[in-house]
Amino acid sequence: MALYILKRILLFIPTLLGITLITFILMQYIPGDPVTAMVGERASPETIARIRTELGLDKSLSYQYVMYLKRLGTGQLGRSYYTNRKITDDLLEKFPNTLTLALAAILFASTVGICLGVLAAVNHGTKWDRLITLLTVGGISIPVFWLGLALMLVFAFYLQWLPPSGMGNGGPVYIILPAVTLGTFSLSYIARVTRSSMLETLSLPYIAAARAKGLSESSVVLKHALKNSLIPVVTLIGLDLGSYLNGAVLTETVFGWDGLGRYALDGILKRDYPVIMGVVLVGAVIFVSMNLLVDISYHLLDPRVRVKEEASWR
Amino acid sequence: MINTITLKDLTSNIPAAIATALLILLLLTAVIGPPLVSYDPLAMDLDNLKQPPSKAHLLGTDGKGRDVLSRLVYGSRISLTVGIVASILSLCIGIFFGLISGYFGGKVDAFCMQLFDIFLAFPSLLLAIGISAVMQAGLTSAMLAITLVGWAGFARLVRGITISLKEQTYIEASRALGASPARILYRHILPNAIPLILVAGSLRIGGFILLEAALSFLGLGIQPPTPTWGSMISLNRAYINSAPWIIIFPGIAISITVISFNILGDFLRDKLDPRMRG
Repeated sequence: MALYILKRILLFIPTLLGITLITFILMQYIPGDPVTAMVGERASPETIARIRTELGLDKSLSYQYVMYLKRLGTGQLGRSYYTNRKITDDLLEKFPNTLTLALAAILFASTVGICLGVLAAVNHGTKWDRLITLLTVGGISIPVFWLGLALMLVFAFYLQWLPPSGMGNGGPVYIILPAVTLGTFSLSYIARVTRSSMLETLSLPYIAAARAKGLSESSVVLKHALKNSLIPVVTLIGLDLGSYLNGAVLTETVFGWDGLGRYALDGILKRDYPVIMGVVLVGAVIFVSMNLLVDISYHLLDPRVRVKEEASWR
Repeated sequence: MINTITLKDLTSNIPAAIATALLILLLLTAVIGPPLVSYDPLAMDLDNLKQPPSKAHLLGTDGKGRDVLSRLVYGSRISLTVGIVASILSLCIGIFFGLISGYFGGKVDAFCMQLFDIFLAFPSLLLAIGISAVMQAGLTSAMLAITLVGWAGFARLVRGITISLKEQTYIEASRALGASPARILYRHILPNAIPLILVAGSLRIGGFILLEAALSFLGLGIQPPTPTWGSMISLNRAYINSAPWIIIFPGIAISITVISFNILGDFLRDKLDPRMRG
């Protein structure tokens, strides 16, 4: 058990390094001179030369990469070209907002998604099944940013039930539209996986046995079939975090939500390269760390995997 | 062995038939549509800003007085071009690495797998943003970004297929007869991998199109005034209340395109994936 976890963490490290390497390589292609970006174009040649030496820009690329890793190790992501604020500080400030939004979206996506999946599986072959299947295909095909705008148009402007944008005073109504927008893509995947997993479970012999025993249909479905169908779904929810990070950029842009995504967009619009690279790097690290956690917890939770492992020790 | 799909298969599945018809229509629009539209997509008619759909402008005009329909038609060319080219490029790179990684195993495989994992560690949009932000904005940056985002997924898939195929007896026989790895890969493994690759490709091209739309929505990739579906939405966001059709129609276009690719991909998977049968 512990050996497995250790192995996974060891394999994780090269990937983490690889992420930093790719980000570092991308940074080499940033147009413009980082020194003039910092001190302005009218600085004296001595100042420019001094800053260049300070930043290590006159040394070899591998030296610069090592310096980059050292800085990352101490949590330094550089400063914004525009505000000159530390990017790490900005990210720490904005991350909780994105986290709140993502959690709300996950909650929405998993509850509605699982319900739809169960409904579709239980009503397999009927028009409800076909309708839900069509809706879920739609859900993964609609651009997130357009969905957000469409929902905003209907619920905020036409019906005026919800505020169109912003985080407001922190009240719950402000999170509804962004969470629904962000969660729809994932919801569709969850519904599809739940449906196929349930269909598979429902065809197993022990379900027929439960029915033959005289258990009510709802008991069969909810108590027996659902619990066992959920394993792949739970894994999916965890692994789908990538879509939340992607979606957050677009959703926060549309709804003016002050999180990582919006921060990235501002960086893009202003060509604030340290900010862009900072978000890309942090996003990848979060993504890959979450995948690792999901992997390990799946290993811990699924008794079949655990038993198999314990058996192999003998 | 390779399954063949007949026309009858297609016509008996209504959603797939509709999807295919729509995609053919889209392809025609992208190829021969632009010369046929009545307005220049860049021409601004400052007397007719934000006009709702009418006889003169079937889908209305946008914030700068440009005809929405013409811009949609020109935009289709871009979306399809980027989607198809990026798919083909990332397929080629992915197939190459997948084949050698799966076939040769050992250190080559370990290195390649690590490479795939690194590229797959980035959330797709973030990586695409990182790549296209540092390049000069334009068609090339969008295609390159999407290609680099997509190749590793294909590579892992092809690697899996290669690994399962290389243990087959006829491969062993070829080796015994002295066939070179290249010959085995090209003559035996690749042809058998094609159906699954085709399925994966058609299921992912929709994602590539969404990625391109997202990039141009964010202001990366192809720049205005060239019409792209994504930038049409972002540039006219301010008019969401006063002239909603300007952002509604491009969104519908993107959605229909991606839904059609997804339905077609599902259909192909049902017919071609041997794991699905029985």
